[in-house]
Amino acid sequence: MALLTDEHRAAIGTKSKPVSVEVSRRDIIKYSVATEQQQPRYNKGDEAPPLFVFGLFTNIPPLNSYRPDGIPRGGGGGLKLPLKRVMAGGTEFRQHRPIRPGDKLTGSSTLTDLYEKQGRTGPLIFTVREFNVTTESGEPVIDEISTTIAR
Amino acid sequence: MQISDIKVGDELPSRDHDATNLSLFLYNAAIWNGHRIHYDETYAKEGEGHPGIVIDGPLQGDWLSQCPLNWVGEDGQLLSFNYSNRQASMIGDTLTSGGKVTEIDLATREVTVELFIKNAQGEITTPGGAKVRFNK
Repeated sequence: MALLTDEHRAAIGTKSKPVSVEVSRRDIIKYSVATEQQQPRYNKGDEAPPLFVFGLFTNIPPLNSYRPDGIPRGGGGGLKLPLKRVMAGGTEFRQHRPIRPGDKLTGSSTLTDLYEKQGRTGPLIFTVREFNVTTESGEPVIDEISTTIAR
Repeated sequence: MQISDIKVGDELPSRDHDATNLSLFLYNAAIWNGHRIHYDETYAKEGEGHPGIVIDGPLQGDWLSQCPLNWVGEDGQLLSFNYSNRQASMIGDTLTSGGKVTEIDLATREVTVELFIKNAQGEITTPGGAKVRFNK
């Protein structure tokens, strides 16, 4: 085992450059329809479903920077892992207040852990990131800890 | 509904979820996810060895979050939520979300619920939990 090197582990604690987005009602409605929300406030776009935040800060690079699997190159925050097939692991988050249309939000991600395990079908690398979303004035909106698994 | 109506062990309404090519296309467009395992069946099978088109883990997370959100409705708010994707599911798998109350704190009006997504075989593919606060 030992797929991860000291160089990989040195990246633990790295913080991404903060990204700012403006939330649109139309984007909330698209997300709500695709996820089959049942609360009118979400389908009307008055308020975003809590997990709307998942796609809110996605990097949108030029089309020619996508890999053959459909994921952009360099999407791992500069982290080059020896395993390339990435799956979502789990997420825990705390919502301080709902996201609404017109909100100007800032998100920044910190790599908080990186470890490997032997899975049923081979080695797995777990990447843990903390994602903090605040308003422009720094008021907390959502704190999220998410794990991705590379195999 | 208010907190005095709730008992430990109460079940949250369950709901079936059937992902389709259309729903996964729209979801992945909405979150700007280009990963081909979610819309390109040939690639999902031959490129990454999946038995079919893979339902996004975070989409199942969203379905799971809707279980307490729909249960509480306008009578409270979601404070925290967690989920973990343990087993992949494909288009064609009917998934069922549900949960039950595990803890009630009358002083803070906070209720803790345990959540699950099960497949048709009854296996829990995505366990989770949430904390909600009732308005009264």
